[in-house]
Amino acid sequence: MIQPYDAIVVGAGHNGLTTAAYLAKADKRVLVLERRDIVGGVTVTQEVHTGFKFDTWVHGVGWLHPKVMRDLDLAHHGLEILRNDPTVFAPLPDGAHLTLWQDGGKTVETLRGFSSSDANKWGAFAERVAQVAQILEAAYSVTPPDIRAGSFDDLIKILKLGGRLRRLGRRNMMEVIRLLPMSVAEFLDEWFETDVLKGTLGASGISGIFQGPRASGTTFILAHHHVGSPKGVFRSLGLVRGGVGNLSAALAGAARQHGAEIRTGAEVEQVVIVEGQARGVVLASGEEIAASQIISNADPHATFLGLVGPLNLPQDFVQKVRNIKFRGACARVNLALDELPSFTSLPGDGPHLRGVISISPSLNYLERAYDDAKYGGISQQPYLEASIPSLADPTLAPSGKHVMTIAVQYAPYQLKQGLWDDAQRELLFDTVVETLTEYAPNLTGAILHSQVLTPLDLEQEFGLTEGNLNHGELTLDQLFFMRPVPGWAQYRTPIKNLYLCGAGTHPGGGVAAASGYNAAREILKDA
Amino acid sequence: MLRGTPFHSRTSALCEGQNWRRWAGYVVAGSYELTHEREYYAIRTTAALIDISPLHKYRIHGPDAVRVVDRIVTRDASKCAVNQIMYTPWCTDAGKVLDDGTLWRLDEQTFRLTAAEPNLHWLLENAIGLAVEIEDESDRIAAVALQGPNSREILKLISDTDLDTLGYFRLKRAAVADLPAIITRTGYTGDLGYEIWVEADQAGRLWDALMAAGRAYGILPTGILALDIARVEAGLLLLEVDYVPARQAEVASQTSTPYELGLGWTVKLDKGPFIGRQALAEQKRRGLKWKFVGIEVEWESLERLYWEFGLPPQLPTEAWRESVPVYSGRQWIGYATSGCWSPILKKYLAMGHLRAQYAKPGTPVKMEVKVEHQRKQAAARVVKKPFFDPERKRA
Repeated sequence: MIQPYDAIVVGAGHNGLTTAAYLAKADKRVLVLERRDIVGGVTVTQEVHTGFKFDTWVHGVGWLHPKVMRDLDLAHHGLEILRNDPTVFAPLPDGAHLTLWQDGGKTVETLRGFSSSDANKWGAFAERVAQVAQILEAAYSVTPPDIRAGSFDDLIKILKLGGRLRRLGRRNMMEVIRLLPMSVAEFLDEWFETDVLKGTLGASGISGIFQGPRASGTTFILAHHHVGSPKGVFRSLGLVRGGVGNLSAALAGAARQHGAEIRTGAEVEQVVIVEGQARGVVLASGEEIAASQIISNADPHATFLGLVGPLNLPQDFVQKVRNIKFRGACARVNLALDELPSFTSLPGDGPHLRGVISISPSLNYLERAYDDAKYGGISQQPYLEASIPSLADPTLAPSGKHVMTIAVQYAPYQLKQGLWDDAQRELLFDTVVETLTEYAPNLTGAILHSQVLTPLDLEQEFGLTEGNLNHGELTLDQLFFMRPVPGWAQYRTPIKNLYLCGAGTHPGGGVAAASGYNAAREILKDA
Repeated sequence: MLRGTPFHSRTSALCEGQNWRRWAGYVVAGSYELTHEREYYAIRTTAALIDISPLHKYRIHGPDAVRVVDRIVTRDASKCAVNQIMYTPWCTDAGKVLDDGTLWRLDEQTFRLTAAEPNLHWLLENAIGLAVEIEDESDRIAAVALQGPNSREILKLISDTDLDTLGYFRLKRAAVADLPAIITRTGYTGDLGYEIWVEADQAGRLWDALMAAGRAYGILPTGILALDIARVEAGLLLLEVDYVPARQAEVASQTSTPYELGLGWTVKLDKGPFIGRQALAEQKRRGLKWKFVGIEVEWESLERLYWEFGLPPQLPTEAWRESVPVYSGRQWIGYATSGCWSPILKKYLAMGHLRAQYAKPGTPVKMEVKVEHQRKQAAARVVKKPFFDPERKRA
């Protein structure tokens, strides 16, 4: 029988589309199968209410691998990334506010209003974080070494990364190594004294994880979210013109241009495995499609325990997959607004509304938000990261109206009451609106429509295990050669011809298309 | 803390020798009399009643029960008919034996698995995502083995079921002494025999009824010392004695695959994926380095060794369980793991692991024996197991 496809990509998230585009570009016959009716996974823009388009989950592109942008000619496919300035606006309840800018000089000026010591240290701090981020950026573009195999190639990879570290000089190298496992709170306490500055920078260190700023390894996460950002630019969002869904659309466009076929409304139920080899997929409709390589964009849990099934896998591997920490901790509230929120600390419209609006008055505020969640509660005073993309791109809302999207942390997947229900959703919504209204009193009255999305929604609608956007927490023990599980960080799996390309693989979520790009390179080696 | 079994009120009253042994956290009688000799002969000539409650027992129930069991054990559970019992080992991914026991099909969706070691965690781990309930019923179920040529007649007196139609490795639900019970045609003696399984709180009544019914047939409460001799004669493996379970091994070389234990017949490579399959298929393809064999020590050789000291051969009265070197000429070729003097065969028997090239029945080997504090080598040869295999076992 002649197989119509060389490769099937299961799931059209942005990583799946990236892999598909690269494979198609290498003249492979590629089929992408997406369960939902639109491509993009969580990187989508949806018109939830007439005239109002929301970036439903992901609301910005932190770092898009520049090579992917070039290789796939994404600009040509309609991708335009807008840099917000200021990057972040952090209002305080007492009427003060902190603003960080794309321009380091302006940031230092702002900081001088809080602490001359902090302002003086800003340059050195920016330098330090940039050093760490550069090391990570280098590591993110390569396949992690297989430390078990210890082959020559793997050794070279380790030496190369080591060499990069070494080039920083002995002192800096030790400093970088010291920082990564530190808690972001300790790291920032070493540098600064202004609470709102530490809270607002530290928020990067807890983004997407079920831990507070005093947990080990949160400095790594701060650096992770800084990868690709210019030196001294923190919390930069990278809005996509037309909504973040246009990133997915551009990737899909590139994949199609190179000949990939993309089918939506096609739910893959099972990967067909014969004698330890993936041979194709079975759709929920019963249709069976064969291919030589099967690539899963689903998370490792959903892939191995769902699509593959534990019966087809080695027992110890199943065990490792089951031990992956997911623990979704974020919810999202999307608001359709009749007017812009007006903040007590800086009333009316202005550039500050174009940045990320961050409710992060201090590290203690973040830690307390986590305290509630640790025992299964929704944070009574949550950390919020809001943005109003309709300011940069008026096409997202009817004229004069706006869309506001708010990432809420913490809203744990596992509530002490059990599963999320309507009462918990309502509580979440009220908590978020009340919290924001403290800073912007007109907000409550401006809400026309709202959408509340919980980690459970994320699991049920997008198939993300425990509602974790990153396909597995970005904790130090689940990174690099340990992602998705130790020994299997080369995008291959114990099933021959089955690959992973999603955020569950190195380097993980929050760095757009990097997993998909790396996976494609490995898959093509085997093809 | 060590516990008495559900039969303890009865067994403790009978155990004159106070010879208690530990078994899976329980104490059971080593022998009831001062020596185990009469108890051994009960197994082979009349009937022996043996408390086997310490065995671990698991109930696996649900629509996916067959899938779960088939993932774990090496036998083909889908071929296990309702009321059938299969002896089976189960392995790690590397094909190394973790444990062995019996697998019972109670109904389409229900199995019971007996095991020497705790296995609940392993079962649960491998049932993830499947529609099945797993219960550790070890403490809930009491079990007693009735073994020996008279066992059928005794059980007939107090059960309501036709035992003549209960085949070897089959089970029946029945009333025994009016108690709801399961009777299995199984045992660890290689003789005609049954095992009777009841709720723990009914153990005493079952014991009393069996003892009363067996009186005219020479029934004897029997401890595990006599059982140990019988199981060697029957060529049956014992975990931790004849093989190191993979979980306890400190280095891989201590572990064994089913093939290396002579259990190749239990490995169904064609049944579909199961834990250890790939490794076992690979080993089958490559061939074995080690085999588990029966060894018979030659009487004349023993006689000569002892005669040097002016002694008649000194024979072990109990079954031994330690590693004893085996040689071919001067070369070490393996080790025996258990052995005994067989009172019924009048032979010195052992079982052990030998390098595959020496494992053919008939191969002459030498086994170490200690004669008057000195290490000597007695002539022996490899023989087929079971050493003792009476027709009545299956009849």
